[in-house]
Amino acid sequence: MNIDVRVDTKGMACPMPIVKGKKALDGMQQGQILELLSTDKGALNDFQAWVKKSPNEWISHEESNGVHRFLIRKG
Amino acid sequence: MEKEQTTIVLFSGDLDKAIAAFIIANGAAAYDHDVTIFFTFWGLNTMRKDEVVKTEKGLLEKMFGWMMPRGANKLGLSNMNMMGMGPKMIKHVMKKHNALTLPQLIEMAQEQGVKLVACTMTMDLLGLKQEELIDGMELAGVAAYLGDATNAKVNLFI
Repeated sequence: MNIDVRVDTKGMACPMPIVKGKKALDGMQQGQILELLSTDKGALNDFQAWVKKSPNEWISHEESNGVHRFLIRKG
Repeated sequence: MEKEQTTIVLFSGDLDKAIAAFIIANGAAAYDHDVTIFFTFWGLNTMRKDEVVKTEKGLLEKMFGWMMPRGANKLGLSNMNMMGMGPKMIKHVMKKHNALTLPQLIEMAQEQGVKLVACTMTMDLLGLKQEELIDGMELAGVAAYLGDATNAKVNLFI
């Protein structure tokens, strides 16, 4: 999968991952894919809720060693 | 599509409550809501500039000005304030956890287009002038707040 924009929010606390993610998506074209990394333990619940309320599309989530990796398609 | 709205009344001038209010405001802005924070009573002190601004004031207004915290960096905690030790400790802990400071949260809210509104009635009571508050704030009363709050599904009083 081609990733168009990468945002690394590792180490950042709430609400930064969401704010950074939103900023990145605002600057993207429809259909482009965002990869966002976060070490915030609440990130999974945050991003699930947030994507559901946005026009964007959830692609995937994986976690390894406390780093969450989200893929989101700009809608 | 009509944007969702979030409104927050920040009545409190406590550091912890102001931080909570601004985290929610920034989160709501990231949800693409139109966000309004309405500052009234002690909440207005959050938005005071930290430098002394020369203004025409009566004695009572001047006294209020001296006694109230001058800006986001001077606020006390609602709990465990311990004569100002508490805020120092919490700022240290926040830095350790990479949490944004209150001034940074305020700046980010402005960057995200959060509408910051000062309540004119309580500005008069506390003797605060517009030039003492950080730039870019709007002035309004209860009707303007209710106008925004009526359309907002999220509406908090902090």
